[in-house]
Amino acid sequence: MRAVSTPAGRLAVWVVALVALPLVTVALGRAYVVYLYDLVMVNIILALGLNILTGFTGQISIGHAGFMAIGAYASAMLTGRLGVPFVIAMPVAALLTAAVGFGLGIPALRLHGHYLAIATLGFGVAVSQLFAVWEGFTGGYQGMKAPAASLFGFGFNTDLRYYYLALAITWLMLAAARNMLRTRPGRALMAVRDSEIAAQAMGVNLAKYKTAAFAISAFYAGVAGSLYAHLVKFISPFDFNLSVSLTLLASIVVGGLGSLPGSVLGAVFMTLLPHVFSRVKNLPLVLTGISLIVVVLFLPHGLVSLPWRLLPAWSWLKARLGMRRGFGARGSAKRGAA
Amino acid sequence: MLGQQIVSGLAAGCLYALAALGLVLVYRTMDIVNFAHGEMAMVSTFVAYTLLARAGLPYAVAALGALAFAAIFGMLVERVFLRPIQNGPLISMMIMTLGLFMVFNGAAGWVWGFDPVSFPYAVKGRPFVLGGIIITRDSLLVLAVTCAMALGLYLVLRFTMAGIAIRATSQNARAARLMGVPVPRVYSLTWGMSSVLGAVAGILIAPTTFLSPNMMAEVQIKAFTAAVLGGFSSLPGAVVGGLLLGVLENIVAGYISTQLKSTFAFALIVAVLCVRPSGILGTPPKRKV
Repeated sequence: MRAVSTPAGRLAVWVVALVALPLVTVALGRAYVVYLYDLVMVNIILALGLNILTGFTGQISIGHAGFMAIGAYASAMLTGRLGVPFVIAMPVAALLTAAVGFGLGIPALRLHGHYLAIATLGFGVAVSQLFAVWEGFTGGYQGMKAPAASLFGFGFNTDLRYYYLALAITWLMLAAARNMLRTRPGRALMAVRDSEIAAQAMGVNLAKYKTAAFAISAFYAGVAGSLYAHLVKFISPFDFNLSVSLTLLASIVVGGLGSLPGSVLGAVFMTLLPHVFSRVKNLPLVLTGISLIVVVLFLPHGLVSLPWRLLPAWSWLKARLGMRRGFGARGSAKRGAA
Repeated sequence: MLGQQIVSGLAAGCLYALAALGLVLVYRTMDIVNFAHGEMAMVSTFVAYTLLARAGLPYAVAALGALAFAAIFGMLVERVFLRPIQNGPLISMMIMTLGLFMVFNGAAGWVWGFDPVSFPYAVKGRPFVLGGIIITRDSLLVLAVTCAMALGLYLVLRFTMAGIAIRATSQNARAARLMGVPVPRVYSLTWGMSSVLGAVAGILIAPTTFLSPNMMAEVQIKAFTAAVLGGFSSLPGAVVGGLLLGVLENIVAGYISTQLKSTFAFALIVAVLCVRPSGILGTPPKRKV
C-alpha cells in the first residue's frame, strides 16, 4: 500500500481506474453511459481552455462556443470532404481555431470587463449564425456529417473505442496546461489577471500574453470541437449556441475559476447535470442557473474549495466528539481550559 | 424604398432604445450589466398576458398590472441576489446575472410553456400613409411611448429628489452615502425602474415577435448593441444608439440580406468596441491604478 502513496503510485492508480472505468460500466450493462464519459472529456478540454482565458488571465468570454464550432466544422470538413486523416485534421482544425482566437484577442486588448463580455457574446452568436447562413459551405441548419475518427486504419467508431482516444487527448491537454501554468507563462497570465498595471511594471508584455491566452484557449476549444464532431458524427449550428457558451462558463465558475482540478470537476458536474433530471423539460437550464447563483453567493471559489470551506466545521465537529469521549474529569478540564 | 426603411427602422429602433434604457440605467448607477434584463422583461410581459388572456382584464389594466409587477420584481431581484455580492469582483455579478438569465428563462418555460402565443397590439387600426411611406399606428404609439419614457426619465433624474439621489449614487456611492443618500434604497429604486422600462419594451415588442420565453433573447443582444453604440454610460446615448441601430439594421436587411441582420448587429458591436468603446455619447471610463 505504501507504493500507492508515491506520485508514481498515485498516477498508476488513476491510469488503472480510468482505463477500467468504461469496461466496468459496460460490464454492468450500462454501455450508453460510456457516451457520457466521452462527452465529459470533451467538456473537460473546453473547460480547461476557458479557464486558462478567464480563470488564469482574467479575460471574460461568454462566446466560447464559437471557437468550438470553428474547430468542429473545420475538422469535419477536412476529414469528410477532403479526406484528410484525423491525426492531421484535428491539429490543423485546432490551429485554425487558435488563429481566429488570436484574431479576436487583438481587438480584445482594448476591452475590459463588461465590454469584453459583450464583445465575446457577439462573437459567439455571430459565428454560429454565420455557419447557419453559409449553407453551401456548412449545410446550414440541416447540419453536417462528420466521419468517425480513425488512426492508421483503426476506426474509433464506437463510444468505447472513442473513450480511449479521448482519454489520451484529454490527458495530453491537461498535462500541457499544467506545465504551462506552473512555469513562467502561467505566472505571467496570472499577473495579468491580478493587476495589469503591476504586471506591466514587472515586465510582462500585456499584448503578447493576452493574445496568447486567447489563442491557446481557442486551440483547446478547437480540439474539443473536433473531438465532439467525431463523437457525435453530425454537427449543426444548434450545437454551438449561446446556451452552450453560458453552460461552459457556468461549469468553470461552479468548478472553480483559476483551478485545473476545478475545471475537471465543473465539467463533470455540468455534463452530468442534464442527465440527472432528464424527464422534466428545461430543468437543466434552471438547475445550471441555480447552481451558478448558489455558487456565487455561497461558494465563490467553486466546488473545488468545498473541502477547505468545510474544514472549520469538520474540525469543530471532531473536537466536540473528542471532548464528549473524554473521561468525566479530563473532559470538563478541557472545557474549563478552553 | 429608403424612406420606408428608415421609418420602419426608427420604429424598431425605438423598441431597442427602450430595452437599452433599462440596461444603461442600471449600469450607470451600479456598474452592473444586467444580462437578465431581457428575461425579466419577458416574465413581466407574460404576467401581462396572463392578466389579459386568462383573467380577461382590459389591455390598459393588464399592462399597468404588469408594470407594477415588474417594479416589485426588479426590487426583489436586487435585494435578494445582487445586494450580497455588491462589493465582490465584477465577474461574480456578471455570473450572477447570467445565472438569473437561465433561471428566469427556464422557469418561464415551466410556467407558461415554450410555445409562442400571440399578444395583441396596443392600438389597432388602419395605418397612415404619408408620401408613399406606410406608418402603422402601433409604430406611432411606440415612438410616443419611447419619447415619453425618455423625457420622463430625464425629468425625474433632473428635477426630483429621487433622481438627484440616483445621479449622486451613480457618480460616487460612498460620497452619496456620506451625504445622507439612502444608497441601498436607491439601488432598489433603480432596479425597479429598469425592470419597468424593460417590461414596457417587452409589452410593445411581443405583438411582433410572439410571446415566448425566448422572445427577448435576440432583442437583448440588440439592446446591448444599442447601448454600446450610444454609450453604456449615457441615457440619451441609449436612445440614439437604439434608433441608429434600428435604421442601419433595416438598411442592411433591405439592401444586403435579411438573414444577416443579426450578424450585422454583432459585427457592429465588435467594430464600435474596437474603435470607440465608450460609444457615441458615452464618456471613456477613467481607470485608477
